Formats: sequence, structure tokens, C-alpha cells
Amino acid sequence: MSLSESDVAKVAQLAKLKLNESQVPEYAAELSGILEMVETLDSAETDGVTPMAHPLDLSARLRADSVTETDHRDAFQAIAPKVEDGVYLVPRVIE
Amino acid sequence: MSTAWETVIGLEVHIQLNTQSKIFSGSSTAYGAAANSQASAVDLGMPGVLPVINAEVIRKAALFGLAIDAAVAPQSIFARKHYFYPDLPKGYQISQYELPIVSGGHLDVETAALGKRRIGITRAHLEEDAGKSLHEDYAGQTGIDLNRAGTPLIECVSEPEIASAAEAAAYARKLHALVCYLGICDGNMQEGSFRVDANVSVRRRGETTFGTRTETKNLNSFRFLEKAIEYEIERQIDVIEGGGQIVQETRLYDPDTGETRAMRSKEEAHDYRYFPDPDLLPVVIEPAFLDELKSGLPELPDARRARFEQTLALDADSAALLTSTRATADYFEAVLASAGGATPERARLAANWINGELAAALNRDDLAIQASRVAPAQLAGLLLRIEDNTVSGNAAKSVFEGLWQGEADAADAIIEARGLKQITDSSAIEQFVDEVIESNPEQVEQYRSGKTKVLGFLVGQVMKASKGKAKPQDVSRLMQEKLDT
Repeated sequence: MSLSESDVAKVAQLAKLKLNESQVPEYAAELSGILEMVETLDSAETDGVTPMAHPLDLSARLRADSVTETDHRDAFQAIAPKVEDGVYLVPRVIE
Repeated sequence: MSTAWETVIGLEVHIQLNTQSKIFSGSSTAYGAAANSQASAVDLGMPGVLPVINAEVIRKAALFGLAIDAAVAPQSIFARKHYFYPDLPKGYQISQYELPIVSGGHLDVETAALGKRRIGITRAHLEEDAGKSLHEDYAGQTGIDLNRAGTPLIECVSEPEIASAAEAAAYARKLHALVCYLGICDGNMQEGSFRVDANVSVRRRGETTFGTRTETKNLNSFRFLEKAIEYEIERQIDVIEGGGQIVQETRLYDPDTGETRAMRSKEEAHDYRYFPDPDLLPVVIEPAFLDELKSGLPELPDARRARFEQTLALDADSAALLTSTRATADYFEAVLASAGGATPERARLAANWINGELAAALNRDDLAIQASRVAPAQLAGLLLRIEDNTVSGNAAKSVFEGLWQGEADAADAIIEARGLKQITDSSAIEQFVDEVIESNPEQVEQYRSGKTKVLGFLVGQVMKASKGKAKPQDVSRLMQEKLDT
């Protein structure tokens, strides 16, 4: 399987990555190579094998429902670019 | 709506689970805290943190699955749903995609126009809520409060089987009552604990493929839900009949105008690039755990309503009203228990008072029934005095008002203090009757000449003279006897 240049451009846009024009064919070739490598898995016989949801053959350990966190807002907001009255400020987004 | 058209509606409901802590972190979920004071490193998506699943979230989701007669997955997995928005710090929302925790249930709903119908529920999956964006107060910037980020939600997705705005509202009400009965959601719609997205499309009757749908988001009242869908149906029919085409888009409902309008579309909004979250292992639910949950399920609204109709002989409307919330049904049963047991007569009396006077008083003072100023035992005390004819219906209303205002703890004390005891002594009533006959010769003459309608006036005079303490039936009987002789 190979990725077209427009596939690469779309994925980059979705991931908010800025690629210049010469990078698009470059990534298309590299990513296609990765897909081709993974494709060799298709030759494995998987009839009757239950798909794995996770590489570790374990199930989730759950925690009890109790409040264990305390307020560290000041520490978190000390490294934020812009805050006011306890809220983080970002460039305006309008719905 | 024109009968040439058919409506197809599917609802997605976000049900906030009422846990103490968040789905993947130990932060508090309490509503109304100072901005960002309940947002931990996990909720903020700081590097190196790992989500750990809250056991209570799994229990509540499984309980929900059982209550809608769905399959609860023995193994379910979490997935990352990617989009960029400032109130989503990680750049993805942890949700479920393949293998959701609940799939394939149903709700039975009833409307006047369509009768009783079973609406399928495709799936119900778990996810974390996003934070809140505040667009108003920050001079050209957007403020972000992440207290809500990571709050556990069930997203319950119906089949596109709902056929009218009224049926959609009935479905949402039923679902709301159910999650409150189960005690898995506080049901507070103003605070966003129960939010509905409506997918609506129309097609010409007889067509087999769906029309293009729109999604109206974040409807937080049943009335808005119904109005928004009604508007959307009309709008879509107008567009198609005018030769236009429906655009698949997200819309917002404006309660002030009663209209929906297109949201500025998020670019590429529908390519979420889901994949299983490598940070989270599959959740396994053992059959033994499900059996335990099943045996602990409370009596659900439909069953309780049927019991009220069958064993207490309540009419369908009263039973439906009483079971519309779990708290109301609990109140009703507490009244009967305090009154010393349930007979059909007492059940009917209690139902009338709860759905009548009590509901009106709660409504007037904007209180939930849990916060009622008249406790079940107090109402029971009053009903007993109505049953044994100590007070008339009118006097009982005034006793109720006294209880509501906190004049005394018990109905008996108010009856005593206000002198509301009904006069049952017939000689005392007779005296009032004689006085009224004597002082109203004109009306008495009219009655005797055949204008019997004037009886009501004369009885009213006696009631007034007795300050409402005589029993109207007794007065009427005595008055007639006197006038007819």
C-alpha cells in the first residue's frame, strides 16, 4: 500500500503539522515504506485468532472512586503563557 | 407538518455520571468550584501522566446497560478520538469506539399521537468530558476552565427510529427518569448533567433511504429539544420543497428565537482518526459481577408505575405522574407508609394531594420534592384527618399551607390552633341553617316557587356563617329538608 501526496497533505493538516512542498513527496515515500513493512503481517494466518486490544495480555486495574488530588492550580498556571482569574487564556475561538 | 413527509430522528444523549472523582484521575467532579482548581496533571494532559480508570464509572455504566436490557461487554476498550480545541488539552478525547461497554438495548416510550413504541439503543459508550470555553468575558480572547475535563460521561446513542419531536421528548424524559432511578446521574439539566444532541432528517413518505441529516447540539431542556426538532423538521421540508438540498452540518438552537442555525463548521471535523488508547488496558467485566449488579437493580419506573396501577388501583395518569421521578414515587410511598398502610382510597387521596397541592407549592417556590417543606409524615397526618372527616377539603388546604409555612410540625396542631375542625354536630348546623333562612326571606321564597338553583346561595351563606367548618353535604341536606317542609 502506498500513500499519495494528497493523503500526506491531509494527514499533516489534521495533525496540525506544517510541511513545505518538497517535504510532501519525501514523507509520502517514507510513510509508504512503513506501511509496506507492516503489510507483511497480512501473510500471517489469523483465522480463529481473537484480535488483541492491547499488546499486554492483561486487563485494566481499576481504582476506587475517591478524590485524591489537591489543587495545584498555581503551579500549573505558572508555566502557562496567559492566565486571568484562574482561567487559561487562548486566542479567541468562536463556535 | 405535511403528511407527505416522514421524520427520522436519532438522539445522542450525554449522561454525566455522579461519581466523586473523574473517570481517569482522582480530581473532584463537584460542580461550581473555582476555575481550574479541580484540574490535575492528568486532566491537563501533562507529559508522562497515565490515566487510571475509576471502578465506579464501570459499575454505573454496567448498571445502565442492564436497565435498558442491553448487552454489557465482557471486554471493552478505550480509544482516542482526535480533534483540536483549546478545551481539550491532550488533543484527543478518551472515548470508546470499537467494543463499547454497552450495546443493543431499548426504551419503551409513549406519545398521544404514536402510542407505545419501542426505540432501539444502538450503543452506550464511556468517555471523558472536555473543559469549558468561556467566550464572553475576556476581551477578544477565550478563557478555558478545565474543571469539567475528565468528568465521566455515558454517551447513549439511539437507533434512528424516533418519528416525531414529541416522541423524541418522551424518549429523553424516559431516559432521564431512568438514570435518576438508577442513581447514576444527578439529572441536573441546568448544570449540563444530561445533554441531548438531535440528528434529524426528513424524507417523502414511502422512501426507503434516509434524507441528509443535521445534528442540533447541546439541548439542555426537554422543551428546547422538542421545539428545536419541530423547527428543524419544518426548515428541512421548506428547503426541499423549495428545490434546495439539506447540508449535513451541526446546528445550534437559540431558545430566544426558537430557531436553529448552522454552527461554523470545524474544519475536517469528522475525521477523528480513532485508535485504541495504548495507555489503557481492556476493561473486563466478569459474569459474577454482572449477576451481583442485576440482583441489586432498583425497581425501575415502568415496573413501579405498573405496580401503582395494579395493586393500588391508581389511574394511568396519576401513576405516570408519580413515577416520573424516583423522588416523587419515594415520597408517595413514604406518605402511605406513614399513614399506616395503603388502601386504594388512601392511595388515590395521596396521589391527588401530591400531584395537586404539593406539586403546585413546589413549583411556586421552585423546590425539588426532596426539599419539600412538607415531609411525607406531615402530609400523611393531614390525609388521616381528611379520611376521618375532621377537616373539610377546603380546610385541609389551609392546614397544608400552614404546614408549608412551618406554623407547626403536625396537621393536628394547626387544625387545633386555627379552629378548623369540621362541625359534625347536626344541631349546631341546624342553628346556622335556621339563621340563614330567617335572614334571607326573598331567596327562600324563590326556592319555594321552584327556582331551586338558589339553594347553592343559601348553602354558601351557611358555610360562610360556620367559617367553612360545616360539611357542605350536611348543610345541603339539612337546608333542603327545612325548605321542603
